[in-house]
Amino acid sequence: MPFAMSRRERSKVSPLASTVLALNALAFGMASPAGAFTAYVSNEKGNSITIIDTDKMEVTKTVQVGHRPRGIALNKDGSELFICAGDDDLIQILDTKKLSITGTLPSGADPELLILSPDGKLLYISNENDNLVTAIDVATRKIVAEIPVGVEPEGMELSPDGKVLVNTSETTNMAHLIDTETHKIFANVLVDARPRAAQYTPDGSELWVSSEVGGTVSVIDAANPKIKQKIAFEVPGLSKEAIQPVGMRFTQDGKKAFVALGPANRVAVIDTATKKVEKYLLVGQRVWQLALTPDGKFLYTTNGVSNDVSVIDVASLKVLKSITAGSFPWGVAIARQ
Amino acid sequence: MIFKQGILAALLCVALAAFFLPAKAASNIEVRAGFIRAPHMREMLSILDIPAADDGLAGATLAAEDNNTTGGFLGQTFAIDDVLLRPGDDPAAALSGLIQRGVSLVLADLPAAALLALSDSAKGKGVLIFNTGAPEDSLREENCRANVLNIAPSYSMLADGLAQYLVWKQWKRWFLIKGSHPEDVLYAGALRHAAKKFGAKIVEERTYEDTGGGRRSDSGSVQTQRLIPVATQNAPAYDVLVAADESEVFASYLPFRTWDPRPVAGSAGLRPTSWDGSHEQWGAIQLQNRFMKLASRRMNARDNNAWVAMRMIGEATSRTGSSDPKVIRDYLTGPDFAIAAFKGQKQTLRHWNQQLRQPILLGDGRMIVSVSPQEGFLHQTSELDTLGFDEPETKCHLQ
Repeated sequence: MPFAMSRRERSKVSPLASTVLALNALAFGMASPAGAFTAYVSNEKGNSITIIDTDKMEVTKTVQVGHRPRGIALNKDGSELFICAGDDDLIQILDTKKLSITGTLPSGADPELLILSPDGKLLYISNENDNLVTAIDVATRKIVAEIPVGVEPEGMELSPDGKVLVNTSETTNMAHLIDTETHKIFANVLVDARPRAAQYTPDGSELWVSSEVGGTVSVIDAANPKIKQKIAFEVPGLSKEAIQPVGMRFTQDGKKAFVALGPANRVAVIDTATKKVEKYLLVGQRVWQLALTPDGKFLYTTNGVSNDVSVIDVASLKVLKSITAGSFPWGVAIARQ
Repeated sequence: MIFKQGILAALLCVALAAFFLPAKAASNIEVRAGFIRAPHMREMLSILDIPAADDGLAGATLAAEDNNTTGGFLGQTFAIDDVLLRPGDDPAAALSGLIQRGVSLVLADLPAAALLALSDSAKGKGVLIFNTGAPEDSLREENCRANVLNIAPSYSMLADGLAQYLVWKQWKRWFLIKGSHPEDVLYAGALRHAAKKFGAKIVEERTYEDTGGGRRSDSGSVQTQRLIPVATQNAPAYDVLVAADESEVFASYLPFRTWDPRPVAGSAGLRPTSWDGSHEQWGAIQLQNRFMKLASRRMNARDNNAWVAMRMIGEATSRTGSSDPKVIRDYLTGPDFAIAAFKGQKQTLRHWNQQLRQPILLGDGRMIVSVSPQEGFLHQTSELDTLGFDEPETKCHLQ
């Protein structure tokens, strides 16, 4: 019962994990001589970005940024990191080479999450405080659209073809589907309480929405936006209230989904086809957002309460390592460089 | 037991009647909820606690705004029909007026006796009442009513929330000091029950008599500084002074003035509450910001109870597509209802007495110190049911 492993048991197996880690690092090193990727982790209370070398799985630097950094996103070539500095009411731009803030974008009030359009030209931002999704032209640094959505906009996602922008609203409990041409909502799907993340399957056929308080993931048919199915979770020994799905990621082949379960301190592994939960991986406390390395081999999880990041080996579904980050790690993005 | 041994990676794939909602829904539902409220006492020890004219109402108004944002996508609108009672007004007559105006969902911020009279007068009239003010356990136990949903936490939930923390702190020897009014006695009873339930011991119990008089004076602190040490001296060794003063006679005078240097909890010091203006976790700051923008003041527990009640109405309406009080009650008391209300976990209704399960905040009015249930207080179905009377001990028979 690996999912039921206590922290003590987990520390007992760490020599084995280290071996796996070493082997993986070796295999990985051979496969990609180009070198390591770089993971950026926003620390909500630390007002900083932790930078991790994914090859060494070590922190290389911590950069101080604006107040309450949460959502982060890289530009197309990974040269810039956009940071939602919620309490400063703006987006900061971090030059990933110089590791300094080189500019800001207007964002509207209290930006929380953001996503870059596939052509890299527009940033879509959810503004928690005023029920809007804001679109910003990255080149001109101007707001080009404000789209009224439900109460407390949160999760942001784009369909693989870039035609549909999805926003979740935490108190309205909907996924709003927005046409990226017209910037108009064309469908609203009611999901369980406090929706957080939205993710399309890599083939674009399904849209998955996690509901933090409802404790479920709604699977929506992308072509005909209706809920097909809801996925629920059960972890022996944990009350239903403790299971709070937040961040989600699909493997690159789309066969598996990872769902962070918040204060349940676990990442659920789901078979995308059958929607069955295959495994619960024990990670740090209050696991929040997830990101895959660009080669799809490793999954990074931010663990807010334990101030660390867990690294999961996607092939073996083993938790390899915990890396200490700043205070309350929240968002994570991984660049090729 | 909800978790069965052997089911490891359990999965519940629920086939659903799928919701597909076009951008602008055609259905048109107008919900007018009534709010019957009696003015709250203005004789508060701290001027910071003197209630505003829109006390409670502002919370319901904000929730109606939130519901209207959601309703914009569903063709649903929400409004409040506010009825402020004057001294001597009959709540039942106020309800009749609301019923005549077509209102059947009613928030009520009333003393327990008035609430009970209201619910009895509403019997058979297709009205659903949301109790947003009265904490009396009797309304959830021997006097529970099928047409009342209790949104405010009970005295026993508040007392249990506080007791769990004090026990976790190993402050197990309590000096209980209670006021002389009936509500003070009820709260003290809940604290006594909580002490027994969680393994604390009341080593001394005293009554602080209300001898009358006002709260305001230009040199009050001079007298208070002499009175309180005397009132708390000669107590056996204790860890914490626990006060039950619902009537605002003495509790806020206790901190820093006790004979022995001891922390104060209960009606002053560390207070258990359903909400506080300083609560910011789990996205609560968003609600606090919205409330400040609307009301130009901080949200208190009564405002929040009313917000939750009105949001429950919005939630039930958006999920069921109906504003029929029977449909709303069936949904809210059924298995599918859960509301997100910024306290870190889903809140649901106890089916046996229609009390909202909820975490209890513990704060000093400036910061939230902790949130109960505390880690380690276990329960077979929901840890929230460690707070207040549980199903096996309930005296409620809904009718």
